[in-house]
Amino acid sequence: MSYRAILIWLSVACATLFLASLLIGPSGISPLQGLSALISGDGAAGLVMRELRLPRALLGLGVGAALGLSGAAMQGFLRNPLAEPGLIGTSAGAALGAVIAIQTGLYAIFALALPLAALAGAGVAVALILILAGREGRALVLILAGIAVSALAAAATALVLNLAPSPYAAAEIVFWMMGSLADRSMTHVALALPFLIVGAAILLRAGAGLDALSLGEDAAASMGISLKKLRLQIVLGTALMVGAATAVAGAIGFVGLVVPHLLRKPVGARPSRLLPASALGGAAMLTLADIATRVIAPERDLKLGVLTALVGAPFFLSMIRKMGREG
Amino acid sequence: MLELDNLSVLRGQCPVVDSVSAQVDAGELIGLIGPNGAGKTSLMRGALGLIAARGRSSLAGLDPMARARAAAWLPQAREIAWGLSVAELVALGRLPHGRDTQGAGAAAVEEALRRMGLETYRDRTATHLSGGEQAQVLIARALAQESPLILADEPIAGLDPAAQIATMEVFEAHARAGGAVVTSLHDLGLAARHCTRLWVMDRGRLVADGKPQEVLTEQLLAEVFHIRAHFRITPEGPVFQPLSTLGI
Repeated sequence: MSYRAILIWLSVACATLFLASLLIGPSGISPLQGLSALISGDGAAGLVMRELRLPRALLGLGVGAALGLSGAAMQGFLRNPLAEPGLIGTSAGAALGAVIAIQTGLYAIFALALPLAALAGAGVAVALILILAGREGRALVLILAGIAVSALAAAATALVLNLAPSPYAAAEIVFWMMGSLADRSMTHVALALPFLIVGAAILLRAGAGLDALSLGEDAAASMGISLKKLRLQIVLGTALMVGAATAVAGAIGFVGLVVPHLLRKPVGARPSRLLPASALGGAAMLTLADIATRVIAPERDLKLGVLTALVGAPFFLSMIRKMGREG
Repeated sequence: MLELDNLSVLRGQCPVVDSVSAQVDAGELIGLIGPNGAGKTSLMRGALGLIAARGRSSLAGLDPMARARAAAWLPQAREIAWGLSVAELVALGRLPHGRDTQGAGAAAVEEALRRMGLETYRDRTATHLSGGEQAQVLIARALAQESPLILADEPIAGLDPAAQIATMEVFEAHARAGGAVVTSLHDLGLAARHCTRLWVMDRGRLVADGKPQEVLTEQLLAEVFHIRAHFRITPEGPVFQPLSTLGI
């Protein structure tokens, strides 16, 4: 299949799953009813469609695209198929921000305090990374800085949990950290969208640099690629996308790792081609997973991050096994 | 094509390249020789501006894209991160020309594959090839860059004899066509036969610069390489054979 055909098929899959995400849910609205209610906005069905299902479906696409695209960019940049977007510490930073907003009760007063605090957490994390990894730092330094910042944020998150004022607050924090798209509003969409768009624009422009980097840092630099600029592009683009995604959806693992890996064979290994394909693939996969949480356990509020980890982790293991065999 | 004026590269306080002045003109194939650690790689990277250097290199001041169009660099580490096809990998050499994968760009890629004898490898996965074959694919990538000057760091190390000779002939052809090549190598026999000029480096300094028969003297071989060798001009060209070490 040609590259263009793959992109078209992935887009069709995204559109279909988006529609399915709008029409599947526990409130027993028939598809036709749902669509007309979405357009007219009338009655209880209109409220469900416009206020619950539309933001949820939109965030499924947006968050999935963010994870897929930044995963592909990170793998290309580190030249390692096991890299994932959380590696530079932004998701851990965002999680810490969100957890502080829950712990302090800020978000009970002002609902947007949670995603805003998460965005601030991601911002602090990326600033720390850039300071630690320095101006000339190579990829390895970036990974190590990312691991350090992630560990620090995780420890601080554990501390907040440790000091939680009540078991309810602790439970709320734990549930939030599992990652979900349930009960999000159009305000969440409006909050995340600008970050997602700017982040995507930055990452999609890094394709040529990532291609050159396939031959190593020295070869890429000799072909006219500024490694400094490329690193900044990858770190900022990933931070914007993953920070915003984590702020509105919580921590959702494995999508950024698995999607580029699945697409590498059909699309070809060139990082520039993998970027847009992984954005579409991530959007489709996360929307599918979100539909699955509603179909598998409609009464139980199965968390999206739990499902992606349950499916993603065994896949990751099989990947490692295959790499071991190939030596 | 390249002018170096008092170029020095420091590692910490220690100069690994020490005040090298030299010039490369069109038509030259320069063999950069010297024992391990003499500073050959650092000289070329410093000349390209890939590492910080003191003094002047005519390339280092250029804008990165302009420099990439003026000079291609073939690092010694033969890194290929992803399972790119041979044609895709060679086409990466077109990056400094703004991704012209049609027309002139496609023609340059084809020509590079042809010169390295890789036409039948076009659709093979580069990472599945042998080390020597990968090295040849990477040379084709540098050729596809169509820059007048090529700087290559031990490009023939690990190649079979036929591939070594073929690669040196590709470089000779590039120089004859009005380009120039600077290549580091340890095979003094191939250096003597194919290079128009040799640069000898020892402990960071350029200690000799001239035609092979002028440079590869008994005294220099003893002082720099600590070897004794036969060097004869035969009807089939210069023949160089190291014989024994002199002890250090």
